[in-house]
Amino acid sequence: MEILDTSARQGAGGGVMTFPGDRTLTLDSGAALEGFEIAYTTYGELNRARSNAILICHALSLDQHVASNHPVTGRPAWWRTMVGPGRPIDPDRHFIICSNIIGGCGGSTGPSSLDPATGRAWGLRFPVITIADMVRAQAMLVEALGVDQLFAVVGGSMGGMQVLQWAADYPERIFSAVCIASAARHSAQNIAFHEVGRQAIMADPDWRGGDYAAQGVRPEKGLAVARMAAHITYLSEPALHRKFGRELQRDGLSWGFDADFQIESYLRHQGASFVDRFDANSYLYITRAMDYFDLAGAHGDVLADAFRRARDVRFCVFSFTSDWLYPTPESRAIVRALNAAGARASFVEIESDKGHDAFLLEEPVLRDALNGFLQSAAQIRNLA
Amino acid sequence: MTGVAVREDFKEILRLVRPGARVLDVGCGEGALLESLVRENNVDGRGLEISPEGVSACLARGLAVVQGDADHDLDYFPAKSFDYVILSQTLQAVQRPRHVLSELLRIGDQAIVSLPNFGHWRVRLDLLFHGRMPVTGVLPEPWWNTPNIHLCTLRDFTSICQDLRLSIDACAALAADKPARRINPQRPVENWRAETALFLLSRRG
Repeated sequence: MEILDTSARQGAGGGVMTFPGDRTLTLDSGAALEGFEIAYTTYGELNRARSNAILICHALSLDQHVASNHPVTGRPAWWRTMVGPGRPIDPDRHFIICSNIIGGCGGSTGPSSLDPATGRAWGLRFPVITIADMVRAQAMLVEALGVDQLFAVVGGSMGGMQVLQWAADYPERIFSAVCIASAARHSAQNIAFHEVGRQAIMADPDWRGGDYAAQGVRPEKGLAVARMAAHITYLSEPALHRKFGRELQRDGLSWGFDADFQIESYLRHQGASFVDRFDANSYLYITRAMDYFDLAGAHGDVLADAFRRARDVRFCVFSFTSDWLYPTPESRAIVRALNAAGARASFVEIESDKGHDAFLLEEPVLRDALNGFLQSAAQIRNLA
Repeated sequence: MTGVAVREDFKEILRLVRPGARVLDVGCGEGALLESLVRENNVDGRGLEISPEGVSACLARGLAVVQGDADHDLDYFPAKSFDYVILSQTLQAVQRPRHVLSELLRIGDQAIVSLPNFGHWRVRLDLLFHGRMPVTGVLPEPWWNTPNIHLCTLRDFTSICQDLRLSIDACAALAADKPARRINPQRPVENWRAETALFLLSRRG
């Protein structure tokens, strides 16, 4: 196995791990990826007992730079509120791993990688991937890093889906699991919003059937619109109102279609900055993986059956009152299934008006509850 | 829902619960009772608590607690998943006490229920002499600000147990700073004397 270390900055380790050809990644679709790569970042050190590793699973548009600034763009670490010295997930106590998902565009093998068969970017020839495929690749990475059992696997949103998948597929390899603002399946509304995003990308003439890289163009307009629509779902009506209300960009209306309102300007900015850091085809593949996610469906439509083997795992599930993307009933369904399976589950619904994105923001109740959960689990696991 | 007789309440529960049992504490607050049960009786303990602050405090104690309430969230626990389900000083505050009571004994082999006795002599005299809703140590709030919306007497409670075909396996009277006193709840005198009562229940037959 070849490890290329490229990110030894801000106390971060990691790099890109290339799996040799005989270690193929078998996908749910039936396809297989040979010689695939996973880009990852680590913080802190693995203890002698190899018992202090925490895997953080990232959400749709994020990457492996969970606690250090992006080495190229300088974009700030995305989970500073939760990961860092003195935070619940602490490099002084934990060996923290965060890897870019398979299908992503942060350095792991995805549709913008080169297809070894053709020497050109995969584009739409890349196989469709699932949440379970992402987790299978993570499990291979974790094993390669010498960790037999993770102390915790933690994630919000799509990261939470991966956490649940870990519990279903590799329960013996995790001591505890934290699932934040997530769901055990994608609802019709979730799929609907994703479809709007995908159609926006595919309607962009520069998408070129997914072959834009080879043709030297980028479907920036389509991807920006996809991001704008999605971004609305990450916020809440009260949060939008508080931040923008009906405030205007300039004095008076333009009597045209410029960005008169501050919310318009904000969304345009969100869209425009997203295209600089994200690949349109990755957006298609990852949203598809989320839409296909239905943990109960894979277990005879009985969600509890997904967790039957996870009875020894300590679970903690969080939701936010104003999250309408993955609302509290979705988290409750997870908790009920965990109870039905006889697993150790805790659940907190956090009062917040910040919508789905609350999990990325400074939320003292979330921070304290997660800290309490991890600290007590650490005592039981005999971590110093 | 804070009882004066909390400590004695806990002690009696610790005496009743078999070591190593599976226990669900409904309305577990910050987890003080549950933690004692885990520590002293080595139980496999779970909790249900309505306030996020309470759940957070429980998490920090290493307890497995789900945010929820007795009225809505008991329905989702599988039948016979616990040896004991505890409902301490909460039955009088739920929307549907009859439903909650029968749920307790669907998910648990036995239920431990404690409640303030509205038949206590102080309550009766308060109402008789003042003609107003009684305010006592166990029931400290005025009528318009009380969470206790379904108060009952010892006699009412033994009668609902009969209706639901529940057997009373043990009963103790509790009072502030006094050791628990095992009683026969059917005796009318106890309906005057017991300020708070604690029952160990199981389903008949």
